[in-house]
Amino acid sequence: MCRLAAITSNKYFSPMETVFALETMKEGHDGSGLGLTLKDLGGEFQGLKKYPVMSGICSRKGVRTLDDYMKKHGFRLKHVWTPRIKPVKGIVPRDYYFARAYDYPVPYKNKPLAEKEDLLMKTRLALRCIGEPDESIFVFSFYPDVLTLKEVGDPLELGEFFGLDRDGLKAKVVFAQGRQNTNYAIYLYACHPFFIQGYCSMTNGENTAFVPIREFLMSRGFPGYTGYNSDSEVFTHILHYSSRHLGYPLHYYKDVITPLKSSELAARKDAGALGLIKQSLRPLCIDGPNMVIGFTPDGTCFMVQDSKKLRPGVVGGVKGKYALMSEECGVDKAVPERNKAKDIFPMKYDMVIISPGAEEVKVWNQLQG
Amino acid sequence: MEPASGLRLDHNHKLSLREFPYIVRWRDDRCKRCGRCTAVCPVKAIEATVKIQRYVVSEGPAPAPKAERKVIQVVEQVTDMERYCVGCGSCTLVCPNEAIEPEFNPQNKLLHYKNKGGEGYKRGGRRNDPAVSTLDRLKFTRISMLTDPALDAGRHEFRVRTLLGRILPPEELPLKMVNGQLVVDKESGKFIPPVREIYPIMIGSMSIGALSPPAWEGFAMGVAYLNEVEGMPVVMCSGEGGMPPRLLRSKYLKYFIIQIASGYFGWDEIIHALPHMVEDPAAIEIKYGQGAKPGDGGLLMAQKVLKLIASIRGVPQFVDLASPPTHQTKYSIEEAVAKMIQSMSMAWGFRVPVYPKISGTRTARAVLNNLARNPFAAALSIDGEDGGTGAAYNVSMDKMGHPIASNIRECYLDLVRQGKQNELPIIAAGGVGKKGNLAANAAALIMLGASAVSIGKYIMQTATDCFGDEMNRCNLCNTGKCPRGITTQDPKLYRRLDADRVAERVVEVFKAADVELRKIFAPMGRSTELPIGMSDGLSTNDKAMAERLGINYAC
Repeated sequence: MCRLAAITSNKYFSPMETVFALETMKEGHDGSGLGLTLKDLGGEFQGLKKYPVMSGICSRKGVRTLDDYMKKHGFRLKHVWTPRIKPVKGIVPRDYYFARAYDYPVPYKNKPLAEKEDLLMKTRLALRCIGEPDESIFVFSFYPDVLTLKEVGDPLELGEFFGLDRDGLKAKVVFAQGRQNTNYAIYLYACHPFFIQGYCSMTNGENTAFVPIREFLMSRGFPGYTGYNSDSEVFTHILHYSSRHLGYPLHYYKDVITPLKSSELAARKDAGALGLIKQSLRPLCIDGPNMVIGFTPDGTCFMVQDSKKLRPGVVGGVKGKYALMSEECGVDKAVPERNKAKDIFPMKYDMVIISPGAEEVKVWNQLQG
Repeated sequence: MEPASGLRLDHNHKLSLREFPYIVRWRDDRCKRCGRCTAVCPVKAIEATVKIQRYVVSEGPAPAPKAERKVIQVVEQVTDMERYCVGCGSCTLVCPNEAIEPEFNPQNKLLHYKNKGGEGYKRGGRRNDPAVSTLDRLKFTRISMLTDPALDAGRHEFRVRTLLGRILPPEELPLKMVNGQLVVDKESGKFIPPVREIYPIMIGSMSIGALSPPAWEGFAMGVAYLNEVEGMPVVMCSGEGGMPPRLLRSKYLKYFIIQIASGYFGWDEIIHALPHMVEDPAAIEIKYGQGAKPGDGGLLMAQKVLKLIASIRGVPQFVDLASPPTHQTKYSIEEAVAKMIQSMSMAWGFRVPVYPKISGTRTARAVLNNLARNPFAAALSIDGEDGGTGAAYNVSMDKMGHPIASNIRECYLDLVRQGKQNELPIIAAGGVGKKGNLAANAAALIMLGASAVSIGKYIMQTATDCFGDEMNRCNLCNTGKCPRGITTQDPKLYRRLDADRVAERVVEVFKAADVELRKIFAPMGRSTELPIGMSDGLSTNDKAMAERLGINYAC
């Protein structure tokens, strides 16, 4: 089972903090990979917040292809960050790891955000399509103020490999996943966290309802609902679908993936709407065992459980810094100075929501709405 | 020279018993000549007769054999193909001394001869194919164990429910935001189709008329008990032939799907009861076809049209009630089916789901796609070739029709391609539980893409102890002479059947199936929602089958 570590803070911090927290849960993952997503970037990206950042890995040939493509489509390179690679035994370095900030093509500069988001996603997918067959290009995210790193290996060693302990790279929200390779071949696109148009999530556990959910998402006619090298990618896309596409407030994500029984619905003030949502989104109901940690474009972070709470998850911290982890030891590492008695272990009806800037924690109860 | 007429010298002009599907084994030494077997035989295949027996005796101290003759009474199987032994075994059940038993004869030539008077062989039952069906070749091979813990079929909460009715796509839901919460926008004027939450195994259409009063009543009582006492929302379809007037006006109507078929039998009564209905029916099923006899309409033979049936159906007694093969007022699916669905919807104020039922066919996808574009179509029920019937030509049953598994799968995948897999539920029928594996067959069809399954023949056999099988045993449903009292209107026969006992069996069957469904879903890690289309859980050991159904091949 994968182990998940997320920290949200009102101050910029090094992603290594999250990797160290992940390291405390090492017994629970097999060190087969690390996925790292940073949001609200500091360091050298702090002044580039309005520019989309493309994160990925290229071969030498891939870099040329990438450059040609971006130039041809009018993207102007603003800034390039590459990790200061430190050779680590057991990790085979690839040619070129990067996070590049681009300026939008001129025709898009004054377009609404939604149109820009569609352009960014289509660009990411096009590059994935070009680079996937020969693995010359991997693009994990292309979005303003978001950076993603993924590689195969032990998470702590990968942190050192990428030089995150020495680099000035910082962010206010950092998600990290320590990969447990079970059903699938080690493949970078199968590594959490998954990201689409400002929405990100990572999950532990298998997803037994994967196939019907995948079929439903893929049949929505939305080009971004693709990939699915991991059964957990659907959790990110369900979040995107319910929040961005359907415009539902965040807590309805819980109602979509773990709908209430008919008898329980009646007690909710929004029972009428919920009943319809439950019917219309029936194929998106998950059955676990899953704990999902995610963030939305405004920086809100959350944690939810499947309806049987078959996976562990805990949230703890102080005002200004909260940790969302698979295990208590991860929270201890991330925010040792907190009052442990106030740690939250969300149960099957709960959704823990942390407001942007780690200002406030709310436990939203599904039964009461 | 032999005489042109008169006594024949031997029996060489007759059919031998080897031509008959069942040969009656009668034991002279056990029989006490009580006559119960010949009295009970529904087809008069055996008769008591006398024979002259020659035997040799010898009396006195020295052998002095001499032949003598005596008259003996025997039970003899007749060699008239119109009275062939159907193998029901009623004779065995009534015999006090186990002196008689029919035995299947695989060499039989029934179909060569059962066409006297130019009339094709008609019977009840289902396709006489005892082979293992596709459904029984599917297994559940995605087992949760360590990477995802298996659920506990006994302790975890399972929601074995499905939806019957047209479901709006999420984008079209009339919702608006009020104070951060979604509410239904009643001012939008958007039509929200009626949807029922039901148990995913339904009882399919078997009419009053096809079934005897205690059989139909037993099913109805069982269904009401399951709903009211067990909390299992099982629904049952009336079949074509109306419903008892009191039931139409009762609160129990909500557990029934009323069928309208091409003969419209019983609809006079239903329409007259409409103003007095206190509950809406669960749904309306428009029958366009039946898996057991594609291309044929319903058929109730004259011998079953007795007073009660005649009054419910609004017809004279003792006439054949043959529904036309299609609805006579209809000529195109685009216009006619849509009108029929709308008419039925309108009759109940658009509060009742209305859906068509067709027989399994290679053209099912065309029907499906048409319905997918019709916002009032509530579902599509597809009845495969292994479905049963009360009366049909043998050729229709044995040689016409489409297996249900691939038909359901291709229809489901067609909906997936259009993104409408959750909008138009597909109901699968025809051969569910053929070999007794009700829960496994139902689960397999659900995982191939069915939203629900419908059972007729299985529940009828299981709840009423029917004799019929795929070796053409009994299958007398069309004759009104059902030896179990299930498919007859003759009080002398149906008094053998206890409606309360039938109801009890219906409840037992559904409760057992519910446990078995959990035993299937639990190890696959599914409990919250029905695993519709969860094809990764299925496999078969036949490569071609796996490829056709888009499931795993495992051996």
